[in-house]
Amino acid sequence: MLQVTGLRCARGGVPVLENVSFQVAAGTVLVLRGPNGVGKTTLLRTLAGLQPALAGQVTCTGESAYASHADGVKTALSVTENLAFWADVHAETLPDDLFAAFELDELRDRLAGTLSAGQKRRLGLARLGVINRQVLFLDEPTVSLDGNSVRMFANWIRDVHLARGGCAVIATHIDLGLSALTLELSPYVAAPDAGGGMDEAFL
Amino acid sequence: MIALLIRDLRLAVRAGGGFGLGLAFFLIVVVLVPFGVGPEQMVLARIAPGILWVAALLAALLSLDRIFALDFEDGSLALLATAPLPLEGVALAKACAHWITTGLPLTLAAPTLGFLLHLDGAAYAFLLLTLLMGTPALSMIGTFGAALTVGLRRGGLLMSLLVLPLYVPTLIFGAEAVRRGAEGLPTAAPLMLLAVITAGSIAFLPFATAAVLRINLR
Amino acid sequence: MSLWEYANPKKFMGWTAPVLPWAFSGAAACLVIGLVWGFFLTPDDFRQGSTVKIIYLHVPSAMMAINAWGMMLLASLIWLIRRHHVSALAARAAAPVGLVMTLMALFTGAIWGSPMWGTYWAWDPRLTSFLILFLFYLGYIALWAAIEDPDTAADLTSVLCLVGSVFAILSRYAVNFWNQGLHQGASLSLDKEENISDVFWLPLLVCIAGFVLLFIALVLLRTRTEIRARRARALMARAVRA
Repeated sequence: MLQVTGLRCARGGVPVLENVSFQVAAGTVLVLRGPNGVGKTTLLRTLAGLQPALAGQVTCTGESAYASHADGVKTALSVTENLAFWADVHAETLPDDLFAAFELDELRDRLAGTLSAGQKRRLGLARLGVINRQVLFLDEPTVSLDGNSVRMFANWIRDVHLARGGCAVIATHIDLGLSALTLELSPYVAAPDAGGGMDEAFL
Repeated sequence: MIALLIRDLRLAVRAGGGFGLGLAFFLIVVVLVPFGVGPEQMVLARIAPGILWVAALLAALLSLDRIFALDFEDGSLALLATAPLPLEGVALAKACAHWITTGLPLTLAAPTLGFLLHLDGAAYAFLLLTLLMGTPALSMIGTFGAALTVGLRRGGLLMSLLVLPLYVPTLIFGAEAVRRGAEGLPTAAPLMLLAVITAGSIAFLPFATAAVLRINLR
Repeated sequence: MSLWEYANPKKFMGWTAPVLPWAFSGAAACLVIGLVWGFFLTPDDFRQGSTVKIIYLHVPSAMMAINAWGMMLLASLIWLIRRHHVSALAARAAAPVGLVMTLMALFTGAIWGSPMWGTYWAWDPRLTSFLILFLFYLGYIALWAAIEDPDTAADLTSVLCLVGSVFAILSRYAVNFWNQGLHQGASLSLDKEENISDVFWLPLLVCIAGFVLLFIALVLLRTRTEIRARRARALMARAVRA
């Protein structure tokens, strides 16, 4: 479903990862691991098309979506309004069982500004259930979630997203309890003389 | 696009949205002018078209930096960039929301303030008409300026420096049409040129704005 | 071999090094000859007296103020289309030179305006256009200075230069429309009626050549400095990573 070959990507014009190649089949999850600063976020942003790759190819069948710690929750809107907005933008309908899946049922009409950090995070993740995209690129989705919420999110990924033939690439440090392939990024760290950076022409 | 427009309007009228601040600023600037130049009716009537246009322009400028800054900080802009709505559409929706929350109220309030400045009776229609035609251009040009400076921490001042020179033609044609209207001269030429600027801005600047947003989101 | 290869930073440094002294000495020679010829060896104008001689600074600087923006526009387009770093840096290097040329045109205009129009400043369309051009230069330079990432800065300033050019031209016509003005007609147009006589024209041409050479020399020098700065930055970044 997602095929990456020989990808090289840069952060701030400096190549950080090179020769990254992997495949993700429909209905499976790939977990990215590696120490801080190795380039997990950079890789995910490149895969999502938010920044150009220096080299290599990304082929993706099905539409993709990207989610990071900044999940675009508007504090002045209610939980329902937040989700309804993303549903409208993506021309989808807001599924009613979504609130239960992300334990937002009692919070439906609360302003997002009055939610706790974990609740807000659940709201941000619930967006993924609204937009109905096949390929998800998730950057640390479980930050500030308690153990129960992490299980709930993992269940949603497995029972809803993967069950309908989606796939996901997730950068995370914790064990989600999903049966997932793992990709350790440390071996792919770009050599100091890797080409393609914006300063290359000047060296 | 409509969804984004509605969301932005909703955010603007909710607490902390700052709706009406531009209008209040417009009122205050216009009230301050007579304190500066003196209360003579003739003087005020002469400079009223220019004052009203310059004050409207500054009031529109005031709220520009909010157009993208909040969406950039909380990540909405990156999420919108991967949504089916093209960024050109985002730019247009944002400019439209800015116009409805700023340009339109300013236009509607201007005749009242014109009254305070003894604006010539014949000029009211032109004041309304030029502001109605010109403020969309102000919003669109401003949206472009806001997109240019969205990634910068203290972009507000820089944005004014970039946007104000771009406002020059709109201001000249707008204020000129009102002045000619007040003096009973033909106004077709400045009105038409103002319309050209507005139409051209709305037609082309969304593309420039989207290009700049893509660069800033990289 | 394509013309674009000269835009490679290393190549550029190579071929500009020998060109630079020639450009500077050519500029100096033309300016000395043109100014001495213009100031001391031409007769006074029958209406304007000796004040007319300021055209030897005023006209070339005004021309270069506009041409510098034109060059920045071209360099910005090249950067956006072909992504040659040198072209982005050349646009950046030209901006302060253009700004100084604009200021010079404004100042010499004010000095000339004082005896001729009885005022240092008038909201004459041409003067006003130059004031607006000055603001455009300021904004452009400020945007370059505000952005840390050099490629992002190059991209954003290029788009600003394109949009700004359209609005600068619009402003030019708007200002004309707004005030008919006092300015005398073009000094160099082919229309003989408003043209100045050959006695003044030849030294003026030499001065213009001098300003063009000076502009080229300054832009080359500043571009070389920008390239060196980028190279130093790149080397330091690599040293940190290694």
